[in-house]
Amino acid sequence: MIADILIMLGNVDFWVAVLRIATPLILGTLGVLLCERAGVLNLGIEGIMVAGALTGWLAVFLGASLWGGVMVAALTGAAFGLLHALLTVPLALSQHVSGLAITLFATSVSYFAYRVSFPNVTAPPTITPFGEMAWLPIPILAQQTPLTLLALLAVPAIAWVLYRTPVGLAVRMVGENPAAAEGQGLNVNLVRTGAIVAGSALMGMAGSFLTLSAFNAFFFNMVNGRGWICVALVVFASWRPGKALAGALLFAFFDAMQLRLQHGSSDGVPYQIYLMLPYALSILALVLVARRAAYPQALMKAYRKGER
Amino acid sequence: MRLEARGEVSRVMLVAAPFAAVVFTLLLSSLFVAWAGAPLTRTYALIFEGGFGSRFAWSETLTRATPLILTGLAVAVAFRARFFNIGAEGQLYAGALAAVAVGGLHGGAGFDAHPALLYPAMMIAAMIAGALLLLVPALLRLRLGVDEVVTTLLLNFIVLLFVSMLLDGPMKDPTAMGWPQSVALQDSMQLGKLVERTRVHTGLLWALTLAGMLWALFKYSTFGFAVRAVGANPRGAAFVGVPVTRTMVLVALLSGALAGLAGAIEVAGRATYVTLDMSPGYGYTGIVIAMLAGLNPLGVVAAAIFVAGVLVGADSMSRGVAVPTYIADVIVAIALLSMLVATAFARYRLRLQ
Repeated sequence: MIADILIMLGNVDFWVAVLRIATPLILGTLGVLLCERAGVLNLGIEGIMVAGALTGWLAVFLGASLWGGVMVAALTGAAFGLLHALLTVPLALSQHVSGLAITLFATSVSYFAYRVSFPNVTAPPTITPFGEMAWLPIPILAQQTPLTLLALLAVPAIAWVLYRTPVGLAVRMVGENPAAAEGQGLNVNLVRTGAIVAGSALMGMAGSFLTLSAFNAFFFNMVNGRGWICVALVVFASWRPGKALAGALLFAFFDAMQLRLQHGSSDGVPYQIYLMLPYALSILALVLVARRAAYPQALMKAYRKGER
Repeated sequence: MRLEARGEVSRVMLVAAPFAAVVFTLLLSSLFVAWAGAPLTRTYALIFEGGFGSRFAWSETLTRATPLILTGLAVAVAFRARFFNIGAEGQLYAGALAAVAVGGLHGGAGFDAHPALLYPAMMIAAMIAGALLLLVPALLRLRLGVDEVVTTLLLNFIVLLFVSMLLDGPMKDPTAMGWPQSVALQDSMQLGKLVERTRVHTGLLWALTLAGMLWALFKYSTFGFAVRAVGANPRGAAFVGVPVTRTMVLVALLSGALAGLAGAIEVAGRATYVTLDMSPGYGYTGIVIAMLAGLNPLGVVAAAIFVAGVLVGADSMSRGVAVPTYIADVIVAIALLSMLVATAFARYRLRLQ
């Protein structure tokens, strides 16, 4: 068993798989991070990823370019994000409830749209997805698609925006102390709405990775809890982009490992045990970091001007 | 743009809000029906007929509503204390497994106990299984501050894999020709039919009774008050002497037990054995129902019957016109969103400035 694992770790294909599995998680986690840094939980991610996966793929199927598909997915995410922002920011509804409602809405509309568009297909229609970046002189990364590169570049980009620009400062302020932000002349509702829309666009792109890069078709249940994993990863990452990347890679590492062990196992361990591993480890990780978790102080607190 | 609390919330507004939400839902859902290219009134008529239009339709709707009332109650209880149990789906399966473990295994003899003893044992086992499964996230939240939304969500996936493992292994029905299904409950453990020649079973009475009891509990007991206090403001509640930790633990146990019972009743009343698709997301739909009902236990009954009727009606509608059954989930989602907005507007007014 240990020898098996060592052989696996020396295998380039294994690390290629890790990075591939991590890509939607990186984008999704950054999306959740942006929303939560502005003080708003976004449980709509699971549904927004489904919607992004469908619309991105559908756009390409109908003739758009692959990057056009990614744009469409991002816009879809942004649209659902705007709805979530309207419900949670000016209307101040429960962020949990609104997020779950968005997930239900986005998922059901996506499934409905797919069935209306393709009423009687036996085999799911396919597109030509992104190809590997063979021109890149970096091993492992050369076997990924451009979306993975985009996800990796998004990490320093978002960290830079959050920590080095006035916009980032505004986002962090409305998530920590909206009253003080208001005192500085910031429009709290506007900043929060902007952060939710941007974060949700990233979630939509995370979904489109599944249909435009990892697979070439849309399947029901293809997101399969990845959105929820992202919500856990943000806590694990203490709301920091760099740690979010590390968390996504760590999760993907265990997921890739369980896949290998599952296929290579002959020791009678039920395969379900391996499949449970990533979820169980996510819970364990949450437990380990919970004590030190530096929640944005105004997370899940609606802000109403002039009210304490 | 900002919200301003209405000084006095008029009763007319509170009654009008849900109606406005329903009208808006029908209007918006029409766009989706039109998109599918189906005749509008005929589609709605078929959904209504399939869900509520005949004795058979009602029997199917009530059968579907039974587990939904129970999961809806489970979620409503927890959400009242602002304990966000998203894990009713997993707790339902845990309850179903426990029910079969007590009332079906052991060569079908079920410990050789008398049915009068075995039957309550089966139901209690299911409730304990559901309650314990939710106790873990509750304690993690109370002791270590781990967010329960994520843990309960992730536990759903773990439980479903666990079910799959048991259905491949120790609980597998050897006579099922390789299908992953558990051994069946023995006949004496199955719930009786409420109406002849339909699938409505006595589980519905359990669900209705529990809804009534919970309504009374929340309206008249100190516990009901404590739950609301803990949900509204835990520090304030502690300050006035409400035992916050104990209340939270009790809420978690109650919520998990209700979801576990939903699983047992679904097995004993309808399915007779556990499969991996036994619940088409009853736990998740329970969240929608609790929110549609404004977390009111009696409202849960109404919301569950509405949602069940739409789901059953859409199934039969799609045999008549070319609209995918997913329209049911679309209608329910839009209903939920519009209900949330409508109740917000009943309590607040929007000032543009």
